[in-house]
Amino acid sequence: MYSCTRILIPYYLRKMRDKVCYILILMIIVLLPEFLQASEVNENAEASVSLRDEIKQDILHHLQDVHDFHLFTDEVSGTHISFPLPIILLDQGVQVFLSSAFHHGESAAESNGKYYVLHHNHIYRTDADGKLNYDEDHHVTNIAPLDFSITKNVFSVILLSILIFLMFKSLGDGYKKGLVARGMGKFLEPLVIFVRDDIAIPNIGKQHYQKYMSYLLTVFVFIWFINLAGLTPLGINVTGNIAVTFALAIMTFLITQITAKSYYWKHIFWMPGVPFPMKIILAPIELLGVFIKPFALMIRLYANISAGHIVLMSLIGLLFLFENWFARGAFFGLALALSVIELLVAFLQAYIFTMLTALYFGSAAASHDDH
Amino acid sequence: MEKLISEFSVGLFFWQTLLFLTLLFLLRKYAWKPTLNAVNERERSIDDALNQAEKARNEMKNLKDSNNALMNEAREERDQLMKEARTMKNEIINEAKNKAKEEAEKVLTSAREEIQNEKNKAIEELKNQVADFSFEIAEKVIGQKLNDADKQSDSVKSALNEINFN
Repeated sequence: MYSCTRILIPYYLRKMRDKVCYILILMIIVLLPEFLQASEVNENAEASVSLRDEIKQDILHHLQDVHDFHLFTDEVSGTHISFPLPIILLDQGVQVFLSSAFHHGESAAESNGKYYVLHHNHIYRTDADGKLNYDEDHHVTNIAPLDFSITKNVFSVILLSILIFLMFKSLGDGYKKGLVARGMGKFLEPLVIFVRDDIAIPNIGKQHYQKYMSYLLTVFVFIWFINLAGLTPLGINVTGNIAVTFALAIMTFLITQITAKSYYWKHIFWMPGVPFPMKIILAPIELLGVFIKPFALMIRLYANISAGHIVLMSLIGLLFLFENWFARGAFFGLALALSVIELLVAFLQAYIFTMLTALYFGSAAASHDDH
Repeated sequence: MEKLISEFSVGLFFWQTLLFLTLLFLLRKYAWKPTLNAVNERERSIDDALNQAEKARNEMKNLKDSNNALMNEAREERDQLMKEARTMKNEIINEAKNKAKEEAEKVLTSAREEIQNEKNKAIEELKNQVADFSFEIAEKVIGQKLNDADKQSDSVKSALNEINFN
């Protein structure tokens, strides 16, 4: 029959028919086990609910900062594969001990005669039994000492800072032998030139950009590398943390205000070139804008990275939730596609943060004769 | 918002700020400054090199132009010289020719004069001798000494003078 249709059907139609055939065969292969398994799904319904909760917990847990570097958990034997990180508490003196003393929140840790308990990633001071007291709203009423621990995020920042420093130091050292970048520097130098030519100079201007370069470069490289580290299976989520983005945004805010010239303040409090009543209306709006701009920086980075992690983890979670291979294939493809998009987002967010920072610096550094 | 505030960790904020500032200052000293200096320096040197090349090209062009001009000038001068030499040669030849002609003329004239003189002298002499001969002949023929010999010879001489040899 094949050879028969071969003569009758023109070439392009034959090609299309072949494609349709492939798809049909693929669908049959994929869907056949689905029909066979149909009866089993109901039995597994209860199990899948708990799995769903587990995935949800995993995602929420991932978004939070933790006190040990957790790699994975062996569900069967119930053992956690992780390494402890130092705990530093300010509680009538400095208390330093390793997070392994908490035994994953199962018992109280003792340090200098005081007892501490890890509860939902917060450390509380307790008695020797590690007993927590709750109020009516189920909030812990124990004293929470100031926590300056080297958490997983702090540890990640330290590691990545060292990595970034070593990489870019090698770039800087390469110039000792000549004016051309050497080795890895050949890849890193375009980043520096990109920040200078596409972020700093267009937004700040050739006259003033130099004094801001160190901050812009560091912010760009730091955010990008941290974002990329967040896409590794290590489960690092630093820039999806409000304290981190707050720290970055407040630095942009402070540098903008400190380096601002009279021209900048004049544009905020007494906008030139508009009628008198408008000047009075614009002043509070502009003043509010001064604070909203870094706030938007903080929220944008935090929300983008958190959302990316949540969606990516949800898709990977769905992979395990579905019993059917067709859905699994689809979610695998989706998760893969989203990972690629997240790679772009990692760069994009670093770029946007640096770009807007440069824009604010540009408005601060502008003076009357620049126009 | 409340969730964000409850999530905010002072410790993480503290460490992030500290680590970031440390990284910023370390990178500024060991990475950004050397990199930006080198990149700027390189761009400047590329600019310089390009400008220099442009300048050299212009110089080359000028040199070539001046070379051409010099060559043309030299060629013209050579032509001029050749022309002058040619005219001079012609002049010299002509002059020499004229001079030679003149000289030849002179020599001819003088020769002719000499010949004439010699001829005249010879005729004179011939006349005298002829007179003497004829006198002697006549004496012999006549056989007598003519009297008044001198008077006779004078008359012969005058007769001879009347004879033109030419």
